[in-house]
Amino acid sequence: MSQQPVQESLTSTQPAEPPRIVNDFSMVVATINGSGSQTSNMALIRALFRMGVPVSGKNLFPSNIQGLPTWFTIRASSLGYTARREKVEIVVAMNPATFLEDLQTLVPGGVCFYPDHFPAPKEREDVVFYPMPVQSLVKEIDPPKELREYISNMAYVGIVASILAIELDEIRRALLTHFRGKERAVESNMKMIARAHAWAETQLTKRDPYMVQRDNQTEGMILIDGNTAGALGSIYGGVSFAAWYPITPASSLPESLSEYLPQLRKEKDTGRATYAVVQAEDEIAAAGMTIGAGWMGARSMTATSGPGLSLMAEYVGLAFFVEVPIVIWDVQRMGPGTGLPTRTSQGDVMFVRYLGHGDTKHVMLFPATPAECFEFGWRAFDLAERLQTPVFVMSDLDLGMNYWMSDPFEYPEEPMDRGKVLDADDLEQIGTFGRYRDIEGDGIAYRTLPGNPHPLATWFARGTGHNENALYSERAEDWAGNMERLWRKLDTARDFVPRPVLFRQSGARIGLIGYGTTDPAIQEARDRLSAAGVPTNYLRLRSIPFTHDVRAFIEEHDEVYVIEMNTDGQMRQLLQLEVPEHAARLRSLSYNTGLPVSARWIVANVRPGKEG
Amino acid sequence: MATVTGTTLPRPANVNLVGLERTDYKGLPSTLCQGCGHNSISSQIIAACYEMSVAPERLVKFSGIGCSSKSPAYFLSRSFGFNGLHGRMPSLATGALLANRSMKGIGVSGDGDTASIGIGQFIHLLRRNVPLVYIVENNGVYGLTKGQFSATADKGAMLKKGEANPFHPVDICIEALAANCGFVARSFAGDPRQVKELIKAALSFEGTAVLDIISPCVTFNNRDESTKSYAWGKQHEDPIHDMTVIPIREEIEVELEPGEATTVEMHDGSRVVLKKLERQYDPTDRMAAVTLLEQARVNNELLTGLLYLNPTQPSLVDIGNLALTPLSELAEDVLRPAPATLELINAEFR
Repeated sequence: MSQQPVQESLTSTQPAEPPRIVNDFSMVVATINGSGSQTSNMALIRALFRMGVPVSGKNLFPSNIQGLPTWFTIRASSLGYTARREKVEIVVAMNPATFLEDLQTLVPGGVCFYPDHFPAPKEREDVVFYPMPVQSLVKEIDPPKELREYISNMAYVGIVASILAIELDEIRRALLTHFRGKERAVESNMKMIARAHAWAETQLTKRDPYMVQRDNQTEGMILIDGNTAGALGSIYGGVSFAAWYPITPASSLPESLSEYLPQLRKEKDTGRATYAVVQAEDEIAAAGMTIGAGWMGARSMTATSGPGLSLMAEYVGLAFFVEVPIVIWDVQRMGPGTGLPTRTSQGDVMFVRYLGHGDTKHVMLFPATPAECFEFGWRAFDLAERLQTPVFVMSDLDLGMNYWMSDPFEYPEEPMDRGKVLDADDLEQIGTFGRYRDIEGDGIAYRTLPGNPHPLATWFARGTGHNENALYSERAEDWAGNMERLWRKLDTARDFVPRPVLFRQSGARIGLIGYGTTDPAIQEARDRLSAAGVPTNYLRLRSIPFTHDVRAFIEEHDEVYVIEMNTDGQMRQLLQLEVPEHAARLRSLSYNTGLPVSARWIVANVRPGKEG
Repeated sequence: MATVTGTTLPRPANVNLVGLERTDYKGLPSTLCQGCGHNSISSQIIAACYEMSVAPERLVKFSGIGCSSKSPAYFLSRSFGFNGLHGRMPSLATGALLANRSMKGIGVSGDGDTASIGIGQFIHLLRRNVPLVYIVENNGVYGLTKGQFSATADKGAMLKKGEANPFHPVDICIEALAANCGFVARSFAGDPRQVKELIKAALSFEGTAVLDIISPCVTFNNRDESTKSYAWGKQHEDPIHDMTVIPIREEIEVELEPGEATTVEMHDGSRVVLKKLERQYDPTDRMAAVTLLEQARVNNELLTGLLYLNPTQPSLVDIGNLALTPLSELAEDVLRPAPATLELINAEFR
């Protein structure tokens, strides 16, 4: 097999020196689900991050606990790109079942690390192979039997670190973070890593161009997944009640609540909890509990994914009509039933917008980064209580479960907005109360909370028709009047929801609209399009209802591509309803494979002047 | 002769300890049928809350969907209430009562709402021991949708159209016992005094208290042979004891012969006096309760009373070790951790 690196034009042309490609590669680690490779991969990605190299980490895993193939991709990018790429430069092939398939993902001149007890590959003569004596290295270390498989994954960490020049000290610090400062766990892993590293230093000759060098581009940033960020944001938003039912890819959000709430929200003197987290028997119950607590006046939330939302639909509709503030995180995945539960999607947009029977429309937020998950985590409670309605935070598997560089979390700069709530003293002063009266004309009525002792405070919450005083009514005018007020309220919401983020390039004539996790691929694609002479303006949506900026952006461009990860172009359809007179300008770029969209796909499909 | 009494404070006649009259506990006029058992139960809820001096603003009402679930509008207008979804009231109550531990919860459901569509949430409510008085107004039939069988309908019961029910009924009390509920009672809407005393006992119990009350539907299921009819209930009711609740700070004299009665102290200090009737029965023996119910079924009897009482189990509020200030009343400085804590969190992910 050929083991000569392919010359790259963008690297050094000194004939005597091997070409070098610094801090720019995608590396995929192919393993078997359940073999404990997550620690190894986190050690590598966090070490790179700590060396100041921009990174992102994506775990592509099956719906399975043990035995099926799984891939963890680490992208390093000196330009700060974090989107998925379709080809990779480096493969660490730890799964014999997918070895050949994994080789095919390599670019020409790519690199492959593999255990030397696998049969030597006969394919891909253009690839640099580094066989790794994993079994003999593990034998030398002789870890306890129960840790053997786990520790053996550390061998590739040491060898990859040696070849790519990843600093061992940073790997050690990364493990300290991973094991939360537990030295013993760190040391038992480092022993294997150091041994493998030492072996590679003496026994392997570097024959590939890929290198890591210390940089300073991650200064002050954090590396985190969106679900943890969302949970932390919710805690700083004062969540005091959460009910949930386990579902991939949402579970780690409420699990993070259960991890951090005891640290952050126990009464110091009594040790009592200022929160309650309930794992419900299903999503119907999770929704019911969340609504009961929100009605009572707690900051109340749940987190789920598509199938769970289906079960929640009836209760969410009731919450909309009773006007109960709650927050629902939808960490989107593919398909109904089992679907593709471990693959990412933006397929719930239309469903969530109208979730419920009868006429319902919901307020939705679209975070694109962990910092935004944190911010929307607390802001969603302010919005829900201001608007007295369910607020959805639309994340997805890619954002929720993968690892992203992010600006650090910023402490909320605004005091909490608890909305229009009347206490007993207010009622005594006002002397009159009707739960659904629109006093200010913004569609938002005043509410009282159970426990309010004033005789005027009481009202009976129900889905059935009610008049302004929350009394049972089947009068046509009462129903119509209430719907009109609810629509007025949703219009008011436009003044409170986060506005889109607008990015401009000079001379741009076409517009791109995206939201959530399509952002990194769109950003990268815009750089490439611009270099190819196609500058673009880009509007990243952050909420529904749409703010007035959205209409202005569409009016400004003759062609607007709406880039999203669902088959029907769901956001595009909602935008067409918003701006019907410009519906034809809106072109759908829908990518729906279960994988995050790539910049290459966007570049290939933005074709100005052609029929969309 | 022993006397069980409490002490009381001087107050005007017709006013309870919180200064309210019985009429202060009323609701809107009922829209249920004349003679419906549910109306009788609503009256006893009003009486029990008055006699237990419940402050209306400290009580919340919950219900699901059905005739029974409409009834919370017909009592305690001065209490907040939430008419939820069919079979899903337990979850609503769970969230609400965790969010404000200072509130007393009372839920009204029906046999369809509990034993058909809601059996799952019902069992999980009991498993968690949510502090809630859970009343099932059990008539064995769907009223609002006009006469279909529910899961508690008698085997062989006939619909108006002549169709017979082929299925064995769900026994709500046996389900509650199986789920380890600490307060399981059966009663009959035609026995208002017992209904009232059971509600009073349930109001002083901290945990889920299940009251399965046979409450005849005069429109769809009141044939004499139906076990959910007035006639059958009157003929077959067999109370297992005579029950009196002595609220804390109340003075009531109950004359007892030695060995004639069991007195159980409840969480709030109220006492439940169970006076023996014909049979020997220990209401703290869970398996005895199951056996008794099965015998009653075989013997075609309507056994009523407090079948099982175990006030020692922690409620969900205890298990959650919740702050004494209700979660819904926590101030911003408690809800939002201090800025310095966020610095530490950011450092954790660098």
